[in-house]
Amino acid sequence: MGAPQGSLSVRVRLAQIAPILGDLEANLSLHLEAIERARAEGIELLVFPELSLTGYFLRDLTEDLALRVDDAKLAPLRDAARGISVVCGLVEEGSGHRFYNSALFLEEGALLHCHRKVYLPTYGLFEEARYFAAGRSWRPVRSRLGRFGISICEDSWHFTSGFLYFLDDCDALICPSAAPGRGVSEEGAEVSSARAWSHLLIAQSMFFQTYALYCNRVGFEDGVLFSGGSRVLTPFGRPAAQAEGLDPANVDAELDFDALRRARVFSPLRRSERPLLFARELERRLDDDADPAAER
Amino acid sequence: MQIPRLNAELTEQILVRFLREEAGKFGFSRAVLGLSGGIDSAVSAALAARAYGPENVLALLMPYRTSHPSSRAHAELLAAQLGIRTELCDLSAAADPLFAAVPEKERLRRGNILARLRMVVLYDRSAREGALVIGTSNKSELLLGYSTQFGDAACAINPLGDLYKTQIFELAAHLKIPKSILEKAPSADLWEGQTDEGEMGFTYAELDRLLFAHVERRYSEERLGTLGFEPRFVAEVLRRMRRNHYKRRPPIVAKLGNRTINVDFRYVRDWGR
Repeated sequence: MGAPQGSLSVRVRLAQIAPILGDLEANLSLHLEAIERARAEGIELLVFPELSLTGYFLRDLTEDLALRVDDAKLAPLRDAARGISVVCGLVEEGSGHRFYNSALFLEEGALLHCHRKVYLPTYGLFEEARYFAAGRSWRPVRSRLGRFGISICEDSWHFTSGFLYFLDDCDALICPSAAPGRGVSEEGAEVSSARAWSHLLIAQSMFFQTYALYCNRVGFEDGVLFSGGSRVLTPFGRPAAQAEGLDPANVDAELDFDALRRARVFSPLRRSERPLLFARELERRLDDDADPAAER
Repeated sequence: MQIPRLNAELTEQILVRFLREEAGKFGFSRAVLGLSGGIDSAVSAALAARAYGPENVLALLMPYRTSHPSSRAHAELLAAQLGIRTELCDLSAAADPLFAAVPEKERLRRGNILARLRMVVLYDRSAREGALVIGTSNKSELLLGYSTQFGDAACAINPLGDLYKTQIFELAAHLKIPKSILEKAPSADLWEGQTDEGEMGFTYAELDRLLFAHVERRYSEERLGTLGFEPRFVAEVLRRMRRNHYKRRPPIVAKLGNRTINVDFRYVRDWGR
C-alpha cells in the first residue's frame, strides 16, 4: 500500500474547469481560487484537466505559453499546494527548448513529479506532435497521500500506461484530459465519445484494480466542445462520483484504501501477474517491431 | 447504409450552448439572422431564441419582388411562434438597379446578387444591434458548394454546419418548427418555382446518404458502388464537392515569408478567449 499508516482515505476533488485559451494569468487565478476553496473544504488532492493553465488548441501559442517547471510564474501555485496536493497541466519547456504537454504534481510547496504526455494524438482534429515532444517515462508519484500514476488523456488509450502503473502498485490512476465531444447519434445524455471514455475508465479500474480519477475540461474552443464527464471510479469499476452536464463542476469523492484492499483480496490480480513472462514475450515481439518487413 | 438517427435533444443542448459560449467569449449576447421562411433559418432562429432569449434575436425578412409570398408568411409565422423581433427590408429597390445590367435569363447571377445583398443588410444590422450574424448553412450544402460565397454562407458563427439536411429536418421536428415549414419543398426562392432538389437533380435523402458514407464513414469513390450508389451520381457529387472546395476556405495568399497567415502563422479564432 502506498498510503501512509493510519490514513484510510483521501478526499479528492476533480476541478472540471473551462480554461481561457492562451491566458496564463487568468487561468492561474482560476487555479488559485479553486485551490483555496478546496483547502477550506477539506480536500486533500485536487486534480485539474490537461493543459489547465493554457487551454488546448494552442498551435503557435505553444511556445509563448511554455514555462520551465521552476519558473517564478508558477511560484504562487507551488506555494498554494501546502496541506493540499495539486495536479495541473501546462506547456512545459524542457532542455533543448523542447515543449511537453505535462502534468505537474505539486505537494508541500514543491514540485513532486512531472509527467510528460507520452502519446501525442496527431490525427483527425489533433495536432499535438506538431508542437510537442513526447514524454518517455511512466513513473509513479510517491505522494504523502498514496501512490499515483498519471496518464494524460490519449495516454490512457494505450493500455500499457495503466499496466505499468499496475505493476507499480498504484492506488489510483489520475487522468487529466481535454477530450472533445463527438457523436450525437446515440440515445442518452452523452455524446458517443464520452460513452467511449466511460467504458475505457471502467475497464481500466477493473483491470488494474485501482481508483480511476478522470478530470476532463468543459467549454468550447473554435466550435469544438470539451465534453466534461469527469468522474471517479472505484477499484471495482463502479462510479463513486461523476459530473453531469457540460458546465464547470467540482466532483468530490473519497478514496477508501480499505476498498482497495478488499478489491485486491477478492481477486489478487497483481499477485498473479507475471512481469517476467510478459517481458520475455515482449522481447520476442520487439524484433518484429524494429523490422517493418516482418509485418504481416 | 443509413444515417443514424439524430439524438435531437442532445444536439439542441450542445448547439444552444455553442451559440451562447462562442458569442459570449467575444462579448456578444444578441443575434441577427436572415429568416427566409425555409427550414434551415427556422432551426437557426429557434436555437438562437433559446440561446439568447427571444427578445435578443432579430430576424431580417428580405424579400425581392418575385419572392413567393408564402416565404414571408412562413417567416412571420415562425417569428411569432418564437417571439423574436422581425424587421422587413424589401430588396427590390436595391436589387433592381443592379439587375438592370444582368439579363433575366442569367438566374444564377441574379440569385447571387440577392444572396449578397442580404449579407450586406445582415452585417449592417449586426453593427446597429451589437449582435452577431448567425449562420444558416447546413453540411450538405456546404459540402456540395450549393451556396453563394460571401452571400448566404457569410456569418460569424454557424450552429448548423455539421448537420446534414436530413438531420436538420429531425432537429426541426424536435424544435417544433411549424408543419408548413417542415413539409414544403426546400428552396432558395431566388427565382420563381425554384426548388433545391429540382435544381440539384437528386434528393437530399440520396445526397445525404452518399455524403455520409463518403465523408463520415470514409468510403472511397470505388467502394461507394458496393453500397448501391449509381456511379454517375457518385462522380457528380464528388466533382461538385471538389470544385466548390474554395468556398469553404479563406482566399489563397501568396507566400513570401516564413509566417504566412493561416499557413505557418497558426492560431485558432478563440485566441485569448
